Amino acid sequence: MDHEQLQKLATLSRLTITAEQQAPLATELDNVLALVDQLQAADTDGVAPMAHPLAIAQPLRSDIASASADRAAFQAIAPATEAGLYLVPKVID
Amino acid sequence: MHNLTLTQSLAGLAGGDFSSRELTAALLARIEQFNPQLNALITTTAASALEQAERADQQRAAGSAGPLCGVPIVHKDIFCTDGVRTSAGSKMLDNFIPPYDATVVERLNAAGAVVLGKANMDEFAMGSSNETSYYGAVQNPWARDCVAGGSSGGSAAAVAARLVAAATATDTGGSIRQPAALCGITGLKPTYGRISRWGMIAYASSLDQAGPMARSAEDCAALLQVMAGHDDRDSTCADNAVPDYLAALAARQDLTGLKIGVPSQYFGSGLDSAVEQAVRDALAVYESLGAKLVEIELPNSALAIPAYYVIAPAEASANLSRFDGVRYGHRCDNPQDLEDLYRRSRSEGFGDEVKRRIMIGSYALSAGYYDAYYRKAQQVRQLIKQDYDAAFAQVDVIAGPTTPNTAWAIGEKSNDPVSMYLEDIYTIATNLAGLPGLSLPCGFAQGKPVGLQLTGRHFDEATLLQAAHLYQLNSDWHQRCPEEFCQ
Amino acid sequence: MSNWETVIGLEVHVQLATNSKIFSASSTAFGAEPNTQASAIDLAMPGTLPVLNRAAVEYAVMFGLAIDAEIGMTSVFERKNYFYPDLPKGYQTTQLDKPIVGPGKVEIELADGSKKSVRIHHAHLEEDAGKSLHEDFHGMSGIDLNRAGTPLIEIVSEPDMRSAEEAVAFARKLHSIVTSIGICDGKMAQGSMRFDVNISVRPRGSDILGTRTETKNLNSFKFMQDAIALEVERQIDLLEEGGTVTQETRLYNGETRVARSMRSKEEANDYRYFPCPDLLPVVLSEVTVERLRSELPELPDARTARLASRYALSDYDAAQLGSDRATANYFEAVAANADPKLAANWMAGELAAQLNSAELTIEQSPISAEQLAALLQRISDNTLSSKMAREVFAALWAGETDVDAIIDQRGLRQVSDSGALAGMVAEVLAANAAMVADYLGTPEEKRKKKLGGFMGQIMKASKGQANPQQVNQILLEQLQALDV
Repeated sequence: MDHEQLQKLATLSRLTITAEQQAPLATELDNVLALVDQLQAADTDGVAPMAHPLAIAQPLRSDIASASADRAAFQAIAPATEAGLYLVPKVID
Repeated sequence: MHNLTLTQSLAGLAGGDFSSRELTAALLARIEQFNPQLNALITTTAASALEQAERADQQRAAGSAGPLCGVPIVHKDIFCTDGVRTSAGSKMLDNFIPPYDATVVERLNAAGAVVLGKANMDEFAMGSSNETSYYGAVQNPWARDCVAGGSSGGSAAAVAARLVAAATATDTGGSIRQPAALCGITGLKPTYGRISRWGMIAYASSLDQAGPMARSAEDCAALLQVMAGHDDRDSTCADNAVPDYLAALAARQDLTGLKIGVPSQYFGSGLDSAVEQAVRDALAVYESLGAKLVEIELPNSALAIPAYYVIAPAEASANLSRFDGVRYGHRCDNPQDLEDLYRRSRSEGFGDEVKRRIMIGSYALSAGYYDAYYRKAQQVRQLIKQDYDAAFAQVDVIAGPTTPNTAWAIGEKSNDPVSMYLEDIYTIATNLAGLPGLSLPCGFAQGKPVGLQLTGRHFDEATLLQAAHLYQLNSDWHQRCPEEFCQ
Repeated sequence: MSNWETVIGLEVHVQLATNSKIFSASSTAFGAEPNTQASAIDLAMPGTLPVLNRAAVEYAVMFGLAIDAEIGMTSVFERKNYFYPDLPKGYQTTQLDKPIVGPGKVEIELADGSKKSVRIHHAHLEEDAGKSLHEDFHGMSGIDLNRAGTPLIEIVSEPDMRSAEEAVAFARKLHSIVTSIGICDGKMAQGSMRFDVNISVRPRGSDILGTRTETKNLNSFKFMQDAIALEVERQIDLLEEGGTVTQETRLYNGETRVARSMRSKEEANDYRYFPCPDLLPVVLSEVTVERLRSELPELPDARTARLASRYALSDYDAAQLGSDRATANYFEAVAANADPKLAANWMAGELAAQLNSAELTIEQSPISAEQLAALLQRISDNTLSSKMAREVFAALWAGETDVDAIIDQRGLRQVSDSGALAGMVAEVLAANAAMVADYLGTPEEKRKKKLGGFMGQIMKASKGQANPQQVNQILLEQLQALDV
């Protein structure tokens, strides 16, 4: 995994990779990819992908607005709030 | 009192031999004595435990005792507990006090269980040694320089060291069964969908399953009875009826007619010979109990780890995106802008193994790689499930070693993630197929416990528990106690 | 005609009018205090899980049935991964490969009366995001997650539209359909429908699509019209100057009428879609689909046709009334007790004008259908002249309730007694001999102009209460009689 790929993954994942971390991380990820590349040997022609262990359908909930939204309780554990809002650095569209 | 199993404690409480307050206080004292070194618990909830114990004593006196009234347990720190810090073993959630309970916690509370604390674990359940925990590794009570296994290492060590008789845990690729094996206790990973995942911090949602850890199959049955069942807050929680597990144990006197499949793939290279011997001896006990051993094939077994290390990280990469420093959890100081908030909060909050899995997962899902990795892994998952379908057409239970080796030294594999991944070679396929699996102690190798793994049909936990219980009625491995913790 | 052809496709976000959110039991009501409708699930608290709202599923199916689309009998939710503060989970739960509504079509009518069919590629269920409030909190933005998790269908059209007019007609038609079947409240100002417009231009005659831009989040038909005109002009100017169009996401500000490229979307995204493991495939039964089909409220086209034939309205009037369910309901309630043509005229005229200037919907009209019908009856039975009727209308609008009481209190009863009117006319003619002589001396074809003077006098004599049609008739008769 090269520098560019690693940085792209870091960006997608919103992680920072420092210069010192880069080389060992690349090796570790390459080792994992070598492991998972064993999958390529499997003959999966015509095999349906399995997303879920249970062959059941999604249950549906009645359309009743009953959830409590205890803002005070939820915001008591929030890093930064004001006037009932969660604060983040300026959002630029 | 600490040597009592959960079932024995319940009997003692019911018989008035001791109160829940006495039992709770005794175990809290033990935790105080041993936990600083063992590091099995991240948080101890002594005050609320004593309150719960007193309430339990009152309920018992009033004749309104629930099925677990007054019995102390600990919860893996992945289950949200109302008002009690729930860290998932991560710095990210070091300050996280949820205002709600997981369903598992709610049900055990309602049954009268007393919560002594929250058990250590690999960060976000990503690990096989408990070394990825922000709170440090857990010592194995049998060999304190060795790992307790993971990710539920704290739950396993707490039970093995007699700090508590039972614990909750979760298993995504072996995280109940592997530490149970390494710590010489009994652990059950139920069928996917048997127990609600509500309030259980997600690692890989299509694989994660809660389950009990204790010193006997009987204790696991008692816990499962309370933990299992439909929950309309979890769409993936099955609506199947929950059988009476303890009644099922009582109903079976021998294993006549039980067909146990022994997969040749589980006895190949990589398996420690002393571990193999212990497992073969256990299989012989099963034969003596009336079971019939049948050689079977699980041809795609070797693909389970590669498939798992695509699917689990892929799901995790999305599951862990919510940890962004905005609504709860770690937030970096003085973020310069939004990107800085995200990147620094996450880089500071997550440990290396979590970051690796997030990046592997992102990679497997990214444009141009999805088909080769994610889709391919899902197809292999189907093949693995088909292997099991074929096997269970022939046999009732599949048996083999839980792990290829006994507990390794702390630090030995922590710089080589892949070698650690390979320790889960026998447990992972069960999660991919969603099947129930159980590990029970079946001997020792190099002085450390060996686990026998039983795998069953979907929703057939009862047969696994019966098979384990009958073995335990005819062996004493599960009663062995690490010397330091006997007295 | 320009040398350039415009190609437009729309992505329309429709908020479904459910009581609770798509994956949680939080209320979806608009306008609550920030984060008071954000439950643990909506906040993506650790360990929380989604459970799908039945009504959201059924509303999406109803839309599919309304546009004669293929219904996805098994649809699958996926996670679309990206970081944004208004997206608490770090992914949007949406549908991709297996949407709940497959290909369909929508007929639009253009101003010249012609019709056109716009193909729908698919429509899928998804969750709405929260809102970033850009007021300054010490250099920070505030996040309100009340809207997070509100159910949406995203309707994706094929690039079948060739002008802003067609795009607006399509948008209006969708508005009409979703409000008619009751799956959306249609409140554009509250963001209940939002339009993303994909625009490209190409030399006329070319069948290769030009590079497109996407202008996001337009929430009025007017803004959409303006934004398209602006963007088409920008692209043509660029191309004619020898430049190229960059594929980008743009934002249009309806107040300043300025569009710009969206900075946050500049970085190429890789959404890493995959099936959401917390949700299982949504499987519909034939029984459910057939039940929804049989219960589907009347669609706008069918309603328009029915109004036209049942009430003998012109196509234009029927289309005006039929496109909106609430308007049609109001009309039918009025027409049950009054002349339909008169009802149509008053609704399109006085009522529409007043509602418009007060920014009210027909459902908020201070004048009920029953009141309007009572008023129209008094026009039909000649009690009120149209001028008087407008006075009564104003009184109703101002809050008075009983039409007959208003008429009585203000003495607005028009005199229609022909004997009394004949007397009045005779008196005015007698008192104005010069005018009569002038009239009679005027050639017949020019006499009509002279009638106004008599009418004014007579109406004045009657204090405005004479029935003008009758007066006109009697006046002509009496003047005729004098012309010998």
